[in-house]
Amino acid sequence: MKKKIATVSLAGCFGCHMSLLDIDERILDLLKVAEFDKTPLNDLKKFTTRCDIGLVEGGCCNEENVHTLQEFRKNCDVLVAVGACAIMGGLPVMRNAIMNAVDPLRECLEEAYMNSSSVYNSTNDIPNDPALPLILDKVYNCSEVVKIDYQIPGCPPSGDTLWQTLNALIRGVPADLPYELIRYD
Amino acid sequence: MNPVVYKACRDFDYDGTRVLDILREVQSGLGCISGETMEMLAKELSTHRVEIEGLVSFYSFFSEKPKGKIAIRLCDDIIDRFAGVSKVAKVFSDELGIEMGKTSPDGIFSLEYTPCIGMSDQAPSALINQTVVTKLTPQSARTIARKLKKNPETSELLTRKGDGNNACLQINAMVKNNIRVRGEVLLCEGIPAEAGLKKALKRKEDAVIQEIRASGLRGRGGAGFSTGLKWDLARRETARERYVICNADEGEPGTFKDRVLLTERTDLMFEGMTIAARAIGSRKGILYVRAEYTYLLPYLEHVLKKRRKRGLLGRNIAGKKGFAFDIRIQLGAGAYICGEESSLISSCEGLRGEPKNRPPFPAEKGFLGYPTIVNNVETFCCAARILDGGAPWFAGIGTDESAGTKLLSVAGDCARPGIYEVPFGIEVSEVLDMAGADDPAIVQIGGASGDMIGRTAFHKKICYEDLPTGGSFMTFNSTRNVLGIVDYFLEFFIHESCGYCTPCRVGNVFLRERIQKIKSGLAEEADLHYLIELSNTIMMTSRCGLGHTSPRPVLSSIAHFPIVYASLTRELTDGRQASFDIQKALEESRRIAKRQSMIYDPIYGESTD
Ligand SMILES: Cc1cc2nc3c(=O)[nH]c(=O)nc-3n(C[C@H](O)[C@H](O)[C@H](O)COP(=O)(O)O)c2cc1C
Ligand code: SF4
Repeated sequence: MKKKIATVSLAGCFGCHMSLLDIDERILDLLKVAEFDKTPLNDLKKFTTRCDIGLVEGGCCNEENVHTLQEFRKNCDVLVAVGACAIMGGLPVMRNAIMNAVDPLRECLEEAYMNSSSVYNSTNDIPNDPALPLILDKVYNCSEVVKIDYQIPGCPPSGDTLWQTLNALIRGVPADLPYELIRYD
Repeated sequence: MNPVVYKACRDFDYDGTRVLDILREVQSGLGCISGETMEMLAKELSTHRVEIEGLVSFYSFFSEKPKGKIAIRLCDDIIDRFAGVSKVAKVFSDELGIEMGKTSPDGIFSLEYTPCIGMSDQAPSALINQTVVTKLTPQSARTIARKLKKNPETSELLTRKGDGNNACLQINAMVKNNIRVRGEVLLCEGIPAEAGLKKALKRKEDAVIQEIRASGLRGRGGAGFSTGLKWDLARRETARERYVICNADEGEPGTFKDRVLLTERTDLMFEGMTIAARAIGSRKGILYVRAEYTYLLPYLEHVLKKRRKRGLLGRNIAGKKGFAFDIRIQLGAGAYICGEESSLISSCEGLRGEPKNRPPFPAEKGFLGYPTIVNNVETFCCAARILDGGAPWFAGIGTDESAGTKLLSVAGDCARPGIYEVPFGIEVSEVLDMAGADDPAIVQIGGASGDMIGRTAFHKKICYEDLPTGGSFMTFNSTRNVLGIVDYFLEFFIHESCGYCTPCRVGNVFLRERIQKIKSGLAEEADLHYLIELSNTIMMTSRCGLGHTSPRPVLSSIAHFPIVYASLTRELTDGRQASFDIQKALEESRRIAKRQSMIYDPIYGESTD
């Protein structure tokens, strides 16, 4: 039986997914032992079956992120937080620094859509389409929302690191991650 | 030019290493050190404003915003909290009409909390400017507040006098020594004056150090490093100057034994410093006293003056030709980290009290780059006694690796809090019995950076081989919440971390968040592993002793109170963190967007949840 893998990018930049593609032609070897279910790589929007491995990029900055992450937890046996954003919030978490302001969320939105020097917004509207998910009071990392089994640090983790990780998970052995793959200086 | 600034600079001769003293004078003269004042100071002292600002923001006794003419600082130690300091705070707040942390509009009063002021044996207590008021109750707080409102002077606050030297003219405080047990080294009566010094002067420098080494004396400040070895290291360095520094910063929560030694064994301490000076070849010493003990300053100066008069300081000390040594006092400005020896040296140099990299160790390159020994007050007192009584006598007390007696500052839920001088090797339970703790459930030994133990470990011995302590011994009864205490200690470390290195600055915040999660009953077992792992990382990767020890209450409480932790953690059945509340996380957003959630508000969308 091939292992089933799902992946998603929440509040991330897709860099971790790009890095996953850096396994290059090894993806053919991967597909011999595994297949992808819900993932942006094949544009499958819903889980079609229970998965063995879920890779999550990015933390949670809005309700949709939370919902997706909860779905992943429900549908995956092993959930891996991939990259700095999933593990610690990464760049998006910088907005948590204004948490102590009087009205932090409003300040954040106004800075992003009105006040920041690089913004051109002639109507001064803050996007509020009903189709837009509501943003959360602050950015949460994945393990604050659901139980996470493994964390692969890096911004992004290299293709080799992800390759070793997936291999180990698929074969059910401890990951061989030599120092070069997990140093970040 | 502001005359206060001018005078302060002149008083300290525009000396860059005395900026702390200059700032203290300016702060007390002007009630604050504003941006404008900083500018002036920087110009006068030929430095940059940012240097001055760095100091003002670092030390909690300096402030950029005006403090009241009468600054009331309530001790926010865990012991004081349990003793009801919040009720006292409320009375002050109501009577004076100001909130905690604020200054009254007329600029007369300011009211705030401050970390342990070294009065845990007479909690709740407070500093009103430099005056210590102890054993506060809501009633006595009301009386004090009303007196101050009528006449904003601290001189009328002394309703009773303390014991021993506390009652003398120069101290004149209501502080009590609370000496409960006098041992045979430090607190016994009839210690012959200057006997150790006289014997030291008759011997060669090497022989003095040899005597200290043979006695097995280890530092009483907490780390327990061999005192003789430290002196030897400093002595062996080739240098033009050498310094002897006495560490009276006593910032460890729950510790107050140095306060009592400073009050009652002042001469013995200075004698010990003089012996050290003789042993390592030093001409200058510094006594670093925490700002909270400013009330002792006139007395300490008085004793120094007397010693100079009697030829025990200055030139040709005690008739010994060529032996010159003198001591100055450096007041701190409210920073726990300044008790760490390299920070203390930074602070004496007029810098932010940030630790220095080691090596080089202070004994090699310390104050202004000269070999420096830093020892605790109690260590110097012991050294003086050893020179008189002899190494074999001292080594015969205590255990194999922990020679001599130790002063314990016992505080908390017990009938007789105070100072106990006991031989090393005494069991925790013996101390609890002596102190009259009738329902002891938790003992925190060694202060915030020490270990928390429970009943099953009360047979342990207080000594370097088993349970080391710098002197703090806090006891809590069975009604106290283990996690509440751990949470408090982490709060303390977060406040006191100098912020230089990330593991300590950030790690302690994360530890506290996780402890609070556990406390609220929303944690799972994995959170305990997280705590242990993070604790180890912090201890391994921090730069100084603060980070090396701050996770200890976490680790020791997990080890000693497994049932408490187990009862507060649970299994996650659906893989969702119980501590994450989506409704709360969306509240703000709903308000701002003026709409409901399509996912989490069932009325609007079909909830797939
Ligand atoms: C954060 C921190 C605070 C400290 N506070 C004190 C203190 O208040 N008093 C003290 O004597 N030692 C304190 N120490 C220990 C000193 O660094 C140093 O080891 C001690 O003063 C050496 O003297 P001793 O060998 O006589 O103990 C502290 C250490 C750390 C890491
Ligand atoms: S461990 Fe903490 S107190 Fe020590 S240097 Fe680092 S940040 Fe400062």
